[in-house]
Amino acid sequence: MAAADDLKFQEFDDAANLLAANPDATTISIDEPVEIPKKQHSRRQEPGREEDDELLGTDDSDKTELLAGQKKSAPFWTFEYYQTFFDVDTYQVLDRIKGSVFPVPGKNFVRLYIRSNPDLYGPFWICATLVFTIAVSGNLSNFFIHLGKPTYHYVPEFRKVSIAATTIYAYAWLVPLALWGFLMWRNSKVMNIVSYSFLEIVCVYGYSLFVYIPTAILWIIPQRVVRWVLVVFSLCLSGSVLVMTFWPAVRDDNRRIAVATVAAILLLHALLAVGCLAYFFDAPELDFPAPVIPAHNETTVTTKSH
Amino acid sequence: FPGLADVSVSQDIPVEGEITVPVGSHSPDEDYSTLDEPVKDTIMRDLKAVGKKFVHVMYPRKSSTLLRDWDLWGPLVLCVSLALMLQGGSADSRDDGGPQFAEVFVIIWFGAVVITLNSKLLGGTISFFQSLCVLGYCVLPLTMAMLVCRLVLLAGAGTISFIIRLLVVLAMFGWSTLASTAFLADSQPPNRKALVVYPIFLFYFVISWMILTFTPQ
Repeated sequence: MAAADDLKFQEFDDAANLLAANPDATTISIDEPVEIPKKQHSRRQEPGREEDDELLGTDDSDKTELLAGQKKSAPFWTFEYYQTFFDVDTYQVLDRIKGSVFPVPGKNFVRLYIRSNPDLYGPFWICATLVFTIAVSGNLSNFFIHLGKPTYHYVPEFRKVSIAATTIYAYAWLVPLALWGFLMWRNSKVMNIVSYSFLEIVCVYGYSLFVYIPTAILWIIPQRVVRWVLVVFSLCLSGSVLVMTFWPAVRDDNRRIAVATVAAILLLHALLAVGCLAYFFDAPELDFPAPVIPAHNETTVTTKSH
Repeated sequence: FPGLADVSVSQDIPVEGEITVPVGSHSPDEDYSTLDEPVKDTIMRDLKAVGKKFVHVMYPRKSSTLLRDWDLWGPLVLCVSLALMLQGGSADSRDDGGPQFAEVFVIIWFGAVVITLNSKLLGGTISFFQSLCVLGYCVLPLTMAMLVCRLVLLAGAGTISFIIRLLVVLAMFGWSTLASTAFLADSQPPNRKALVVYPIFLFYFVISWMILTFTPQ
């Protein structure tokens, strides 16, 4: 071949054509040698154009891993488009969870762990687990608190599951939407260095909710002090993840707006924790009449009258 | 070959046949014949298929029968019976606190759909209805646990009955999860198996929780 042709990207094309014309020639394929012979074998009927497309296709797939912006190439009505949001392995999910529970001071969660591969698996299933953990823990905690009391009849309180689900999923999706819209609006006014996509914000919020799962389990302990210490502790951990993610995005903005944004993020997060604690978990010391023995006769009379 | 010299081929023995296994050539004949068969045969065939799948769930071996010939009759029967057994039975069910019939139905079917979508989005090769079929059939141990719980609750509602119920539900929950994982794990990419198994664990955990916390009025 001419020397000028060797320098152009069409060299790949020519190699494929050469191969189609002369199948016995030895070729060196650098990327994914296992896949190419399989594809060639299956498409033996149309060797010319199909091979070119496939060889170029694998070449493109190597490129798209490096170019993050071109990842979602499938149109949004196909199944493959949504598969790109679940392109994570087990160890990646575990790493992201670890990063949300042990925040490294100064390191940005999005840059460090997500790296232009936001997934929807983590946020969705962490929220689902949190919903059921809060409902089950609340139920168990109420059961243990009221255990000795004669008027208490255990109910599973299944309604609270739907309330928990609505609250947590609304928080995990609507707050990122609002925050994303706000950041986009500020981005148009002030040139920010860091701007996050909507999915990355959803990802950060979803993974930051993970620390509430063990907190909810520990809230079964019916001690007011223990519960509030847990609230503060988990708020510090997950709040720091959020702050370290969003502070670089707003710090170039007007000082007051930046502080107000971060304060609003933390306030909403605290509101979620305190609200869940207040609604799903009864207070450990209720105002029951202190002398139980005289009240016992009355309560047995009332239960018999049913 | 000494033996073959004595063999004489008579004209009655057919010496020709097909080497390839015909894939669909029997079905037109079968369609015509199943129209004429008695109704009892049709029903018994489907019942036997469902029963065979129940046996497969109770003794989970890696067999492809459950996956290949999927049907949703078994899951429907299990779901309805579980939802019926979870009803408190009292007319004034407003303070029951337990799940309504529709809630159990929605949780089981919507949960199974979400898990199937999750495994397909993660790159699983199983088809949608096959996965629904497996997840639905593996509710069988938990339905049996519900039956045992109701019987135990008829005897009494003290601590001993609670411990018995807890042990039974735990055992059946483990059985369900292991059975469904045995069927579904092979169709997942190897480095994402835990990501697919965890939602199944959560699904059966929620159903077990509903069974364990069932308290009749």
